[in-house]
Amino acid sequence: MELVAEQRGEMIVVSALGDRIDAAGAIQFKDRMRELTQTPSPRVVLDMSRVAFLDSSGLGAVVAVMKALGPDRKLELSGLTATVQKVFRLTRMDSIFTIHDHLPDGLRQVG
Amino acid sequence: MDVQAGDLSSSIWLTIPGRQTAVRDGLRALLDTLLLRSLPEDGRGTAEIVLSEALNNIVEHAYAHHDGEIEISLQLRHNELVCRISDTGLPMPGGQLPSGVLAPLGKLEDLPEGGFGWHLIRSLSKDLSYHREDGRNMLSFRLDTQQSPA
Repeated sequence: MELVAEQRGEMIVVSALGDRIDAAGAIQFKDRMRELTQTPSPRVVLDMSRVAFLDSSGLGAVVAVMKALGPDRKLELSGLTATVQKVFRLTRMDSIFTIHDHLPDGLRQVG
Repeated sequence: MDVQAGDLSSSIWLTIPGRQTAVRDGLRALLDTLLLRSLPEDGRGTAEIVLSEALNNIVEHAYAHHDGEIEISLQLRHNELVCRISDTGLPMPGGQLPSGVLAPLGKLEDLPEGGFGWHLIRSLSKDLSYHREDGRNMLSFRLDTQQSPA
């Protein structure tokens, strides 16, 4: 799973370039996210618009990333595709994360 | 990786090694068959979720201590995908499928990082059944291909 991070004001935007976050890639995803979010920034936005599929291990990895950020930093998600959205809805994790339809471009200059 | 896929318009048989990477490749092969490509997007997504959870569960638990193969058969009948999956791994604990009840979502530090798989399978499938036969785990269920039940 290739991830690309970009600092935008108070946000780090991480774009997932692979098409799936699954059992075979969950640990690598978690480790890469940990590296990319070392730079302190109050908001971390994960752009998932290219991720067509996420399984329960992938979901667990996304939750683990948010927990690792700690209480003072937030993990926000953006661009969930239909199947990914279904997994978040059925596990009620859609109530835990702030989920954006698109990358919050309007907030690009904040901070 | 040795994938044998049969595709007789409305039936598919696939045998894969019980390993994570083989599950990923096997799912890709299944999703690419004419049968699954003929399903509406929603039904195809449901099939990918449920099959992925069922297969990864076999890899992680049934084949936790030894290698083996997973046999998958899918049949389309009256807008339903009839799925049968078998393996020669360890039996389900207590001979029963997990309940799949979600842990309560409380504080950030207590959020569950697992235990979603059987909840997803149970939410999206019908007539889920499991039994042991001649040293094999036999799992079967049906998926609505037109409108997901959840």
